[in-house]
Amino acid sequence: MKIDNSLPLEYSTEENQTKILGFWIFLGAEIMLFATLFASYFVLVDRTGSGPTGAEIFEITPVLIETIVLLTSSFTIGLAIHAMRIGNKKAMMAFLTTTLLLGAGFLGVEIYEFVHYVSIGAGLQTSAFTSILLLTLGTHGAHVTFGLFWGLFILMQVRKQGLTPETANKSFIFSLYWHFLDVVWIFIFSFVYLKGMM
Amino acid sequence: MDFFDRFAVPHPSPAIYASMVAIGLTVVAIIAGLTYFKKWGYLWREWLTTVDHKRIGIMYLISALLMLFRGGVDAIMMRAQLAVPENGLLDAQHYNEVFTTHGLVMIIFMAMPFVIAFMNFVVPLQIGARDVAFPRLNALSFWLFFMGAMLLNISFVIGGSPDSGWTSYFPLAGNEFSESVGTNYYMFALQISGLGTMITGINFITTILKMRAPGMTLMKMPMFTWSTLVTNVIIVFAFPVLTVALLMGTMDRLFATNFFTTANGGMDMLWANLFWVWGHPEVYILILPAFGIYSEVISTFARRNLYGYKSMVGSMVIISLLSFLVWTHHFFTMGQGALTNSIFSITTMAIAVPTGVKIFNWLFTLWKGKIEFTVPMLYSIGFIPIFTIGGVTGVMLGMSAADYQYHNTMFLVAHFHMVILPGVVFAMLAGLTYYWPKMFGFKLNERIGKWAFWFISINTLVTFMPMFISGLDGQARRMYTYSESTGFGIWNMISFIGAIGLAIGFALIVYNVYYSIRYSPRNIGSDPWDARSLEWATHSPVPEYNFAQVPHVNSSEAFWDSKKNGHVLYKGELEKIHMPNNSGMPFIMACIFFLWGFAFIFAMWTTVIITTIGIFACLAHRSFEQDHGRYISVREIEETEKKLRGA
Amino acid sequence: MKRKWFFLTVVFTIITVLTGCEPLTVLDPKGPQAQTQANDIMLSILLMSFIVIVVFVLLVFMLVKYRASKQSVDYEPPHIEGNAIVEAICVGIPVLIVVFLSIVSVQSNYKVEARPVGYEDKKPLVVYASTSNWKWHFSYPEENIETVNYLYIPTDRALEFKLYSYGPITSFWIPQLGGQKYAMADMVTTLHLAADAPGEFMGRNANFSGKGFAENTFNVKAMPEAKFNEWVKEVKETAKPLTEEHFNELIKPGHLGQLTFTGTHLDFSPAPEGENGGHNHGSK
Repeated sequence: MKIDNSLPLEYSTEENQTKILGFWIFLGAEIMLFATLFASYFVLVDRTGSGPTGAEIFEITPVLIETIVLLTSSFTIGLAIHAMRIGNKKAMMAFLTTTLLLGAGFLGVEIYEFVHYVSIGAGLQTSAFTSILLLTLGTHGAHVTFGLFWGLFILMQVRKQGLTPETANKSFIFSLYWHFLDVVWIFIFSFVYLKGMM
Repeated sequence: MDFFDRFAVPHPSPAIYASMVAIGLTVVAIIAGLTYFKKWGYLWREWLTTVDHKRIGIMYLISALLMLFRGGVDAIMMRAQLAVPENGLLDAQHYNEVFTTHGLVMIIFMAMPFVIAFMNFVVPLQIGARDVAFPRLNALSFWLFFMGAMLLNISFVIGGSPDSGWTSYFPLAGNEFSESVGTNYYMFALQISGLGTMITGINFITTILKMRAPGMTLMKMPMFTWSTLVTNVIIVFAFPVLTVALLMGTMDRLFATNFFTTANGGMDMLWANLFWVWGHPEVYILILPAFGIYSEVISTFARRNLYGYKSMVGSMVIISLLSFLVWTHHFFTMGQGALTNSIFSITTMAIAVPTGVKIFNWLFTLWKGKIEFTVPMLYSIGFIPIFTIGGVTGVMLGMSAADYQYHNTMFLVAHFHMVILPGVVFAMLAGLTYYWPKMFGFKLNERIGKWAFWFISINTLVTFMPMFISGLDGQARRMYTYSESTGFGIWNMISFIGAIGLAIGFALIVYNVYYSIRYSPRNIGSDPWDARSLEWATHSPVPEYNFAQVPHVNSSEAFWDSKKNGHVLYKGELEKIHMPNNSGMPFIMACIFFLWGFAFIFAMWTTVIITTIGIFACLAHRSFEQDHGRYISVREIEETEKKLRGA
Repeated sequence: MKRKWFFLTVVFTIITVLTGCEPLTVLDPKGPQAQTQANDIMLSILLMSFIVIVVFVLLVFMLVKYRASKQSVDYEPPHIEGNAIVEAICVGIPVLIVVFLSIVSVQSNYKVEARPVGYEDKKPLVVYASTSNWKWHFSYPEENIETVNYLYIPTDRALEFKLYSYGPITSFWIPQLGGQKYAMADMVTTLHLAADAPGEFMGRNANFSGKGFAENTFNVKAMPEAKFNEWVKEVKETAKPLTEEHFNELIKPGHLGQLTFTGTHLDFSPAPEGENGGHNHGSK
């Protein structure tokens, strides 16, 4: 395998470049996935049947906590990649660990939020609105959960193998994924929660 | 419903029990045969674990042909049922299941793998690459597709097939009106195979963008590669919509959510919209690679370069964009008002313009050519007039006011068959005959091939032309019977006769394969058609590394230029070649996906949990796995080359 | 060349049938909307036949003139990149045709989505047409009567059908009066029709709706106003009132013959429009 040292580690082999391009295309598909969910959400948002509306169930506190936690984790994954670029394995691992902990925190609050919705009578089966709300949030949440495991595996590999073109590539792709989830969350925050509460 | 009742067939008939026995016997025969001839190891090493794009392509091809016959049997049953008024061959439920699976099998499990088969086999060769960008993902794509297809195909003997049409409109497909597990099969078969297609999309875009031979700029790619690129872009943007729609449908059926229900705010037309936002681009996913194959075949046998290369590329890009802007024409009659209908009516008819450009370019490719009527060329020439009839009726359907009369009638059925048969099936048969020597090292017999062509092309007209008339006479589609006073009888009888003719045509193709395996000459060289693009510059059958040396490209017809104009394809010394290792993981993971889908279909939650963990375990295994592939040494390459050149 | 003759025969057969002695249902319109649509259909068939013929002629010309067996062995076809003028013509003519058809199509859209031409003077007759598996229910709110599986209409007034469904999506279609439109569970769609002359027509659900779909038809009888009023009067005198209980029986899956009632189901089971539509659906 030819390693080109003029490029950052994650881009240093042809295989790595191919993988990064492939992942960008995958993110294109993910954008379509969430765009479809959002479109369906806007179609169904007022179809609450006999169930509650968004304004009746949304609570600002947990949503704000989720937003702050996830935005911070996006910042720390950025720092992790920066640390990786300057070759600081220890800092990289510390920031990646922070990211994953914040991700777990986000997930914890989201689980609380879901339990709360169900307890006040806004479950998956209540109305078209609650179905699409929980599906949209749930799809994002499932992505975060998947990311937690993925990030953990990468952390273990970086610890064992150090920063090689391969682990650097994996970490970088993971960071793309994580930033993407953050962007999706910003849309959810603005168009689901804020718009719903107004 | 009692738990075990779900597994029973909802409308048992002797034919279905016979099929059960036949399936059982076939499985036993395959297992016994493999054991007796000691082929298990061969099967595992050479096929089940392969990551070679050529073998994956061939497996796609075999699956597609099997599914073609499955869907064909459904078609014959439908035509037989409708051949005479008040026929009692099939009851309503059985007929509904048959036309549903006919549509699903033909589009998702026949046409899709057929085009993907050629993408797999041809594209890396055409761009001078060793393999696709992600060989192992490619194997996963195939096995996911295959397991999805298997899921749908066991439905008719375990629990019942989907019965709400291939469009599966809600609320008809919801629990209230479709009680059997059939629609669950629909959801999971499509979801699993759709995931595979999605991965194919990512894989091929990356391959084409990153792995072209030196000198091959985008505008020097052969036309089939261009069509593959455009198609896979459509796949990546269209399939996620289907994923979400299927997810919602599944949740409505299994977890009683309210996306498409008639109560609690559910919206039935949301399904129809999402389905066709995917469904219309899907049509172009099938037709564009077919156009690519026609471009290759026509320019090869007209002995001329393709006329209007740039406008060919441009028109494909425009078609791909427009394909996302016309979905509403599938339900002009939903009541969305004159303005919306007018807009979508215009976008729909606009697609005729780039498509027309392509037709004229093919005609001008024949101009001043030296046309040879080989079997692939016959299919390509037969395609032009028949497809034109199908295409112009599409423009007619696009006029929304008139569509109120065509919608849901046999006229529509005639239209899309007159487009898909010449457009996709003819192309696949042309491709099959054209690339057969590259795949297996011998040609299919031309004489039998020509007989098959005449049977298929003439009977396409005999089968589907009468449907235009019965449609205008008021015959709705999907009716399992009709009374004699309607006067539809004569047209349906002609259709039935045509369908028999089509069946004979396809049977001839099977016979041709058998005949050619036994009798075709094997010493035909690597370029039997005197072709023009890179895939013909290597040996037939192709060695696993494709090209001993990476070819250098100067135009879209580099191989032709090397034959006629002194272009040098191969420069420099042989070097060792890096190849990916085989892996059993894609196959194993797809098997777990199969169980996962099956468990969901029958709501067996323990199995669902176990298999979900299994899928994640496979992903985790992949994450930790260290596999850097292997190298083929220069000595090995030299030996292989010598052997192949000698043969 | 055999196949080319075969094509021509097929094309001629179609033209003969289309214009021949027994007209096809859709091309035998009995109302202004169906007339608009039939005109569009015939116009597009003619225009499209022209395109098909051009393609056929070009193809046959190329195949006859440039086949290998007619040329010398050492003939080498030239390399031709493409020609801007030729390609502009290939784009231009289809564009003109599409523009022309678009204009026709848009005009017809507005025609079929409005009260039929020539019927503007009188108030249209409103009929609520709803489906349940696999029947049609016709409610005449103005006359306060309801029928099942048959439809009587006057010839002198425009008809305004309000369509909805108690179940799967269906499609209301009387080919000789005009094209179809969907009936759905969560909204009401409107179809504007009119009958020019008395007569009996076939009506059906055109959208697949399960097991009983093939038999999901109804009879349509158009008659002069006097006769229609007579029929209404007769129904009011003889038919039984429709109760909620009875109606709930009627909408259960199955087939029924023709039935007649006084009163409509709209009082106790209103159509999904206004405050009963879409998003409020769960609160019934």
